[in-house]
Amino acid sequence: MDIVEKKNKNKEYKPILEGIPDWPVYQLSKNRKEFLEEVAQKSVERIRQLRPTRKQLIDELETTVYREQNRLKRNRWRADPKDESRFWSKIKNDLVELSSKKPEEAGKKEEEILLMIVQRYANEIAGKFNASSYRFAREAIKFWFSRLLNGARVKKFGAFFRKKYTLRDKIQIVGKVKMLRRLAKKGTVVMVPTHFSNLDSILIGWVIHSLGLPAFIYGAGLNLFNIKILAYFMNSLGAYKVDRRKKNLPYLEVLKMYSNIAIQKGAHSLFFPGGTRSRSGLIEKQLKLGLLSTALEAQRNLYLDNPGAEVRKIFVVPVTLNYHFVLEAPELIEDYLQVKGQDRYFPEEDTYGSFQLIRFLFKFFTKGSNISVSIGRGLDVLGNYVDDEGNSLDAQGRIIDTRDYFVSNNDVTKDKQREDEYTRMLSQKIVKEYHRINRVFASHLVAFIAFEIWQKKHPKLDLFSFLRLPEEELEIDYNEFKEVFKRVRKEIYRLKEEGKVYCASHLKGEADLVITHGLENVGIFHLKRPVVKNKKGNIITQDLNTLYYYHNRLVGYDLDKFI
Amino acid sequence: MTSINLSDKPVGVIGAGNFGSAIANILARNRKVLLYARDEKVVKHILDKRENRGHKMHKQVMPTNDLRYLASQCDVIFPMVPSAHFRAMMRKLSPYLHPYHILIHGTKGFDITLPKGETIASVSTLNRSQVKTMSEVIREESVVVRVGCLAGPNLAKELAQRQPGATVVASPFNEVIQVGKRLLRNDRFQVYENHDLVGVEIAGVLKNIIAIASGALSGLGYGENAKGLLISRGAVEMVYLGKALGGNTSAFLGVAGIGDLVTTCNSPMSRNFTVGYRLAKGEKLKHILEDMHEVAEGVNTIQIVKKCADYYKVRALITGTLYKVLFEGMTVPEALQYLMRSPLNVDIDFL
Repeated sequence: MDIVEKKNKNKEYKPILEGIPDWPVYQLSKNRKEFLEEVAQKSVERIRQLRPTRKQLIDELETTVYREQNRLKRNRWRADPKDESRFWSKIKNDLVELSSKKPEEAGKKEEEILLMIVQRYANEIAGKFNASSYRFAREAIKFWFSRLLNGARVKKFGAFFRKKYTLRDKIQIVGKVKMLRRLAKKGTVVMVPTHFSNLDSILIGWVIHSLGLPAFIYGAGLNLFNIKILAYFMNSLGAYKVDRRKKNLPYLEVLKMYSNIAIQKGAHSLFFPGGTRSRSGLIEKQLKLGLLSTALEAQRNLYLDNPGAEVRKIFVVPVTLNYHFVLEAPELIEDYLQVKGQDRYFPEEDTYGSFQLIRFLFKFFTKGSNISVSIGRGLDVLGNYVDDEGNSLDAQGRIIDTRDYFVSNNDVTKDKQREDEYTRMLSQKIVKEYHRINRVFASHLVAFIAFEIWQKKHPKLDLFSFLRLPEEELEIDYNEFKEVFKRVRKEIYRLKEEGKVYCASHLKGEADLVITHGLENVGIFHLKRPVVKNKKGNIITQDLNTLYYYHNRLVGYDLDKFI
Repeated sequence: MTSINLSDKPVGVIGAGNFGSAIANILARNRKVLLYARDEKVVKHILDKRENRGHKMHKQVMPTNDLRYLASQCDVIFPMVPSAHFRAMMRKLSPYLHPYHILIHGTKGFDITLPKGETIASVSTLNRSQVKTMSEVIREESVVVRVGCLAGPNLAKELAQRQPGATVVASPFNEVIQVGKRLLRNDRFQVYENHDLVGVEIAGVLKNIIAIASGALSGLGYGENAKGLLISRGAVEMVYLGKALGGNTSAFLGVAGIGDLVTTCNSPMSRNFTVGYRLAKGEKLKHILEDMHEVAEGVNTIQIVKKCADYYKVRALITGTLYKVLFEGMTVPEALQYLMRSPLNVDIDFL
């Protein structure tokens, strides 16, 4: 009955850099103080450019204080520093005192206040990478993951200490792995994965390690740092903190500057360009341009600062994470539907604590579900493909000099508007790559087909009325389902031939078996399953909303024509 | 912050047709110009006579037959070739282009890619993956990203006579717009800015359809009432089609939209107008086209746009009726009668 997954070569990848002290991220944390000082200084310069007059600056500072004090009143988190109220009251007092000062004195004081705020933010954001706790975290994750796995699969006590299954059997890494390793040696890698689950941050950290790459720095939502276990692991894996409650200009500029300078210093970075987890289950279509633009700026600065010399190139590597299930799916889709349907504001809250995480991990290993990670081809910061040597290629395979994109009149120049446009182009390319390297699972396919069949049977209902249908009324004859399944699967193979999507090897073979595999796995950990067979062998659903969520994974390939 | 290209490098113009020659002369007032002509005889003719297609060529215009040389000398290039040859020209030029090049084209037509074995007449509908604007062709065929276009009421003959006129330079990049402005602007030639590149391109293409209709009305001997009706309804149709094809409404209300539309519809000099005029006089399309030196983009455009309108389910009355006249044997008086009976009579409903 078991559909055999193509065995991973289960290859051990050697680290591309010998010792942790060689890692750029280690260098950053060693020179933390200088690094943060540079971030703060440059952020101040940048903000002064954006708000050139005194009045504009004061307005900005006042807005920042106002918002921060508001946040303190309304929305405090465990991860927030203790002295926050004191700090912001002091800033507020300083601002009030400004009005009694002489203009030249006040001008100086404003800059000081700005610097204080910016320094504080830089410190908040900065990661605390620590070599020994990195090693410990890495070993701990490996140990517990593989022990749990062995214990679960082989139901004998002794097996707990055997190394029969490794994590690599559960988490498959496919795609351009070799290229990624080469690029990480040649230049600086900016990895941009899709974001579906809170698990992503840890998963991707593990993937990076197991590919033999040095730790990446990555922005993780500060909300995750509320959970102590996660906070520990993320700190040690090189995370810096992104606080989505803070939308004020100084904060955003410091955040971008942090990423920008870290990339310039050669720290491989990772960000989820979708911003937050995909609420709808759709592959991200609209990316956040702010952090993405830092990759471009960093590349331009490298060219600008080293005229005529060879510079470290920055490579953007799209990655998709493919799951049979997303633990938070029911909450995510509810959020999404609420916003879409009723135009209501939704608060960022996570019903997801340490306990749920452990319970989930346990289930994950006992029930057996696979995760696959597709590594895309490397791109330069303009979205051109690069070859194994890191050369940018045009559509005809000719080598392009990336520097030329920043050249006007023979010289590298800084042009914000131009780079904004480039960032948009890069983001469109990344989205296209996501769809291309997305790996179709049997579970995605059964969810997609079931939902589309039902929706087609109710052509007059809009999405929201359709979702309100009672689940008991929905049933698809198995044979009908199977026919459609075969048809759509054929189309997916065709798309694969054209290089428009990947699919998991378990998708091949007897349709009945593949459907069963899909049904067993889709949303495996939910109380109410999105699609199952009933006693008659027909297809039914227990939760239409969640089904909608899993269905969305395959939206955007024009597959609905084949239903 | 935007740097403006002020170096002494020459500016390139590709295509020594009527419009290409006129633009080369305008550019030559500010800068040296390299003008590419496909035909060596034309190069020689310009060198010997300092004249081309009735334009007296400025002394700063150097004709050339070498694309590689042109691309190596010029950072800024203005391709001015008919849409039917545009992609082929880009393929020849592409190997010599780099990402630092800036291309500003002045071609008002669409490029179409058809499945093997099909012709424009045989396909029933066309969608945006098959129909491309020239800037999209440039992006597809080369590494150049800093792309812009020229559009607006630019009748080559009036430009050559230094009559007052204006153009729009459209590009998503401020840099491109500024460079275009700097190079083109003079005391008789105003340059406007627009960021909606695709919208402006589409406006420039669609107005050719209305121009043919305008020529037909003239050919029938009708006066200004009829023309006023046509232009205003034509503008509405352009907005709808333009939206379906990916432009914003605002592009159609500016110099490149209404401005160009009014000019072309009133100009017996324009080729598209002439096609309509002669059709109304009872001549056959084939015969008219055989007689013309240069391409009337509008004829092709009607065919393409009609099939796009069918695909995107946009109501395009004027385009659809002209299609019948050009390809299905309807006569111009019949067409007019058909249009006048149209039940649709909401004035403006897109704002």
